[in-house]
Amino acid sequence: MTSARLYGPKGWALLGAFAAFVFVVMPIFNLYVPQESSFHMSTYWVTLLGKILCYAIVAVAMDLVWGYAGILSLGHGLFFALGGYAFGMYLMRQIGSDGQYRQPMPDFMVFLDWKEFPWHWWNSDSFWWCAMLAVVVPGLLAYVFGYFAFRSRVKGVYFSIITQALTFAAMLAFFRNAMGFGGNNGFTDFRRILDIPIATPQMRMILCATSALLLIGVLLLGRWLVTSKFGRVLAAIRDAEARVMFCGYDTMYYKLFVWTLSAVICGIAGALYVPQVGIINPSEMSPANSIEIAIWVAVGGRGSLAGAALGAGLVNGAKSFFTQNYPEYWLFFLGAIFIAITLFLPQGVLGLVNRFRKS
Amino acid sequence: MNKGRFGGPFHMRTLITIVFALLSSGALSQEGKDIEKLAFGESDEKIEAIAALVASGTPKAAEVLQALADGELYTAGKRVLMVKGDTATDAVTGEKIASVPDEKEDITVNNRLRRELGAALAALKLISPQVEVRRSSVKELLNSAEPAMLPLVRKALAAESDPQIKAMLGQIAAALELRSEDRAARLAAVKKLADSNNASTKTLLLGFLNEEKDEELKSEARKSLSAIEGRLAWGERLGVIFTSVSLGSILLLAALGLAITYGLMGVINMAHGELIMIGAYATYVTQNLFKGSAHFDWYLIAAIPVAFLVSALVGMALERSVIRWLYGRPLETLLSTWGISLILIQAVRTIFGAQNVQVENPAFMSGGVEILTGIVLPWSRIVIIGFALFVLLGIWLLLNKTRLGLFVRGVTQNRDMASCVGVPTARVDTWAFGLGSGIAGLAGCALSQIGNVGPDLGQSYIVDSFMVVVLGGVGQLAGTVYAALGLGFANKLLEAWQGAVLAKIAVLIFIIIFIQKRPQGMFALKGRAVES
Amino acid sequence: MSGAATAHPAALGAAGGAGGARVATGELDLTHGVVLYLEGISVSFDGFKALDNLSLSIDAGELRCLIGPNGAGKTTMMDVITGKTRPDAGTAFFGQTIDLTRLSEAQIAQACIGRKFQKPTIFERHSVFENLELSMKADKRVRKTLFAKLSADEHQRIQDTLKLIHLEGESARTAGLLSHGQKQWLEIGMLLMQEPRLLLLDEPVAGMSDEETERTAELFLSLAGKHSLVVVEHDMAFVSKIARKVTVLHEGSVIAEGPMEQVQNDPRVIEVYLGR
Repeated sequence: MTSARLYGPKGWALLGAFAAFVFVVMPIFNLYVPQESSFHMSTYWVTLLGKILCYAIVAVAMDLVWGYAGILSLGHGLFFALGGYAFGMYLMRQIGSDGQYRQPMPDFMVFLDWKEFPWHWWNSDSFWWCAMLAVVVPGLLAYVFGYFAFRSRVKGVYFSIITQALTFAAMLAFFRNAMGFGGNNGFTDFRRILDIPIATPQMRMILCATSALLLIGVLLLGRWLVTSKFGRVLAAIRDAEARVMFCGYDTMYYKLFVWTLSAVICGIAGALYVPQVGIINPSEMSPANSIEIAIWVAVGGRGSLAGAALGAGLVNGAKSFFTQNYPEYWLFFLGAIFIAITLFLPQGVLGLVNRFRKS
Repeated sequence: MNKGRFGGPFHMRTLITIVFALLSSGALSQEGKDIEKLAFGESDEKIEAIAALVASGTPKAAEVLQALADGELYTAGKRVLMVKGDTATDAVTGEKIASVPDEKEDITVNNRLRRELGAALAALKLISPQVEVRRSSVKELLNSAEPAMLPLVRKALAAESDPQIKAMLGQIAAALELRSEDRAARLAAVKKLADSNNASTKTLLLGFLNEEKDEELKSEARKSLSAIEGRLAWGERLGVIFTSVSLGSILLLAALGLAITYGLMGVINMAHGELIMIGAYATYVTQNLFKGSAHFDWYLIAAIPVAFLVSALVGMALERSVIRWLYGRPLETLLSTWGISLILIQAVRTIFGAQNVQVENPAFMSGGVEILTGIVLPWSRIVIIGFALFVLLGIWLLLNKTRLGLFVRGVTQNRDMASCVGVPTARVDTWAFGLGSGIAGLAGCALSQIGNVGPDLGQSYIVDSFMVVVLGGVGQLAGTVYAALGLGFANKLLEAWQGAVLAKIAVLIFIIIFIQKRPQGMFALKGRAVES
Repeated sequence: MSGAATAHPAALGAAGGAGGARVATGELDLTHGVVLYLEGISVSFDGFKALDNLSLSIDAGELRCLIGPNGAGKTTMMDVITGKTRPDAGTAFFGQTIDLTRLSEAQIAQACIGRKFQKPTIFERHSVFENLELSMKADKRVRKTLFAKLSADEHQRIQDTLKLIHLEGESARTAGLLSHGQKQWLEIGMLLMQEPRLLLLDEPVAGMSDEETERTAELFLSLAGKHSLVVVEHDMAFVSKIARKVTVLHEGSVIAEGPMEQVQNDPRVIEVYLGR
């Protein structure tokens, strides 16, 4: 563990294989193999994969705070949704006058009979401004919230509960029309990014590949963090925070750093997620959504970033399967996962794999 | 409608009117004339007739008006008939008619007429011999009295024996006399109205202030107005206090079970809301068993132990099968109990359907007590406040006066020591968890009486319950009570000021900030004990 | 009121990711030969007085033993010195200038006070080597830690300490797998890596074998002089072996102080230990 290398040869190979699949194989089978061919990969799958990749990014971000620093957040869905809303503003502006009311303002504002944009929509027709907001807003909220919580040494379950209260409060706020974010319905009906239509296979492929690129980047960054001395301090905070403090580390800033970083990553993932699924509404902030993120990480294996990404893939793959085929059994299945993982597989699937390998 | 049925060509109508005018000149009493006017007249004439009949206040007038309201008054040729089932009576003469004529016609009642008729009937009930009838009629008239009713109101006032009704009648009379030509009468009325606690009196006096020229009267009116406003403000405050206490009692019920499972045992039970939901569904099932029986109202009494037992059994099963293995690992407990909650929600959906189910209030829970006009305290809420107190007392007794309570407290304070002195800690855990869950079931039973019962019922209470317990301080029953009431008041006061959603957000943010300052809650113990 | 929740001016000033700002009051000033100076310290929990007007001073390079029955306030005193508990009244100075009551735990640790807990507290899931690496004196702010690399010199220092605490062979082992005595040693080693001027050791030989205890005594005696040590211990044999000066605490205040023989014959001490 002391070694500074990011991944072993096998790790790099797997990462390379994943990159090759997303950046080479998928575009070929999606864009260049004709649709009639049985080898054609439909855009449905590209979009589904892109969506799951965004979830995987969130899972990695969650693992950084939970798996390594021992902070269980039940409010990460909030940062994800804030990133989504920030970028969603840009997407709403890109609709232009193609909305149902054929007006330059977004439909929900026309419906509410607003004559001008609220202040926080300032400059929202700029791609870069909104992309920046998607990073800064979740980051700033996390920083302020974390600063006060960590300074007061709110820990463990108490921290989890107040993060839940935070996302719940935000959800209620976003349900209000007066917030200027479309109330119940949120944002939807997106048409373009940078004036390029979204609903083309090419654009879908680009978004999916961007998500994959970001996931790889986040995995490398996270891996670098946790193999550095910083990562060892984080893990030490998780195991014996008092000792770390008496060693002379101001643990608050360590937690604050990783917490804010995690929120920022979630925000970016949210910004990528929204154009792919085509909708963002306050239910993304519901406490249930945030708890689900924790289970992705637990399924894959806490304290192993790739495991978290894998967990997000497994759970969401299963979700897609169930909701299409047996919708009434999905909650049974999800609930059973929660119980089974905590009772029998505290190390997650990756822990199971390791155990098999050893024996 | 009007035309097709009754109007007919103009000359016909005129002819009939003339004929009746001739007929009635000597032969008919004034009342008879009014009844005919009611039956054959134009809309305006009908209203005049109603007013006249009300003013006369005779039993017959009441009977005819009631018949008109019930659609039992007909015209047949030139006669006015009251038809009840197979028997018909001539409304004017009162004689029985052997057979109901086939060519009878309805008397059309339009909306305006219906309104007048309603007020008139209420007014006539003022002189009913039954107290309850008079009481409800007075209440109806408080906001809808017409000047024409003044004679009747006076008559009723003179005859009334019930002091409460008499006072209200006085109010009505005074409100009507405000428009009197007589200055002395107006002055008396203005003074009289100072005793009113009716919001519409306020409007009435404001209108009076605008029209009245006499300065002395105006100043008297202002005095009365401020007296009323003061009383109304009190009423409003009382209302807010009551809804606050009511919300507090609901929060308390929802959180009390959690105060045991989380507060005392340290189990983060995210399925707590679902145990509440199960209690509500147990109430629903009990209600269905009682349906159709003569003792339907008693189902609620039966549902209390049923809800308690069902939730307690589910809770004990959970403790034995899952939670037991996770003691000391709060975050894992949180996740696995969340999983349990998902399964319970889906199970209920599968069994009872995703739609809300209907739980009816027993008769004794419907209606309410009116403390001031317009401020009604619903019985259901009052009963729940009482029930919350009852449950609280029960828990207190259980924890402080029984062996189980002693064991629970012992185990929570020092598990190893308790085990050493022979307390069966594992069994105590199960029973304590069962107790907490059962109380959640009781909460569900209570909530089924005032809200929707659906699979998602629990989800809406889980955040609130945790906030109450955390705010009150872990392991502090008294803290839970204060926190529940405090949150109830905070919520309702903010709600009155900024609306429900913002109030809720503000309360959540307050709790987030509060936990930063006092992570152990309001009534936590300080010192080494809590550090570990 | 929990004093620990209030912000420290130094920490506030360092907002922006710069953890653990340097102690504002400067370097340790030992001009009067006193390294730790407590006066009139009182702490109470819910009416229970854990420390009652406690005064104590430790000379630079001294090895002081602290004894007293359970609940005498020994651990609370250490909490006060290391910033875990804020006193209700009294002053606590490290050297002449550093006011301990105004610093956070991390700042006090950086000011060179090391503390060993009653229950050995190490990073159980890290290797022995990493345990020492993390506690090594260094710039412990986030930014520096992110890019920290072990120099050859630092590597050597860790090896030296490993040898000192007799764990050379266990360097790569997960610390949680060590025996209880070895964990105690590792924790002492971690303290030494911090290069503290003052070591607070809470029951350092609990759970050690006789041989390990013997070696610990030797180690402490060798450390005294260069470092100042405060040892809380119940093992009287161990105390009499290492102690030059002993302080007896009872119900939150000092009741006797002096050489071991003198203290042992003090009638109040005898009463406290045997009287009831």
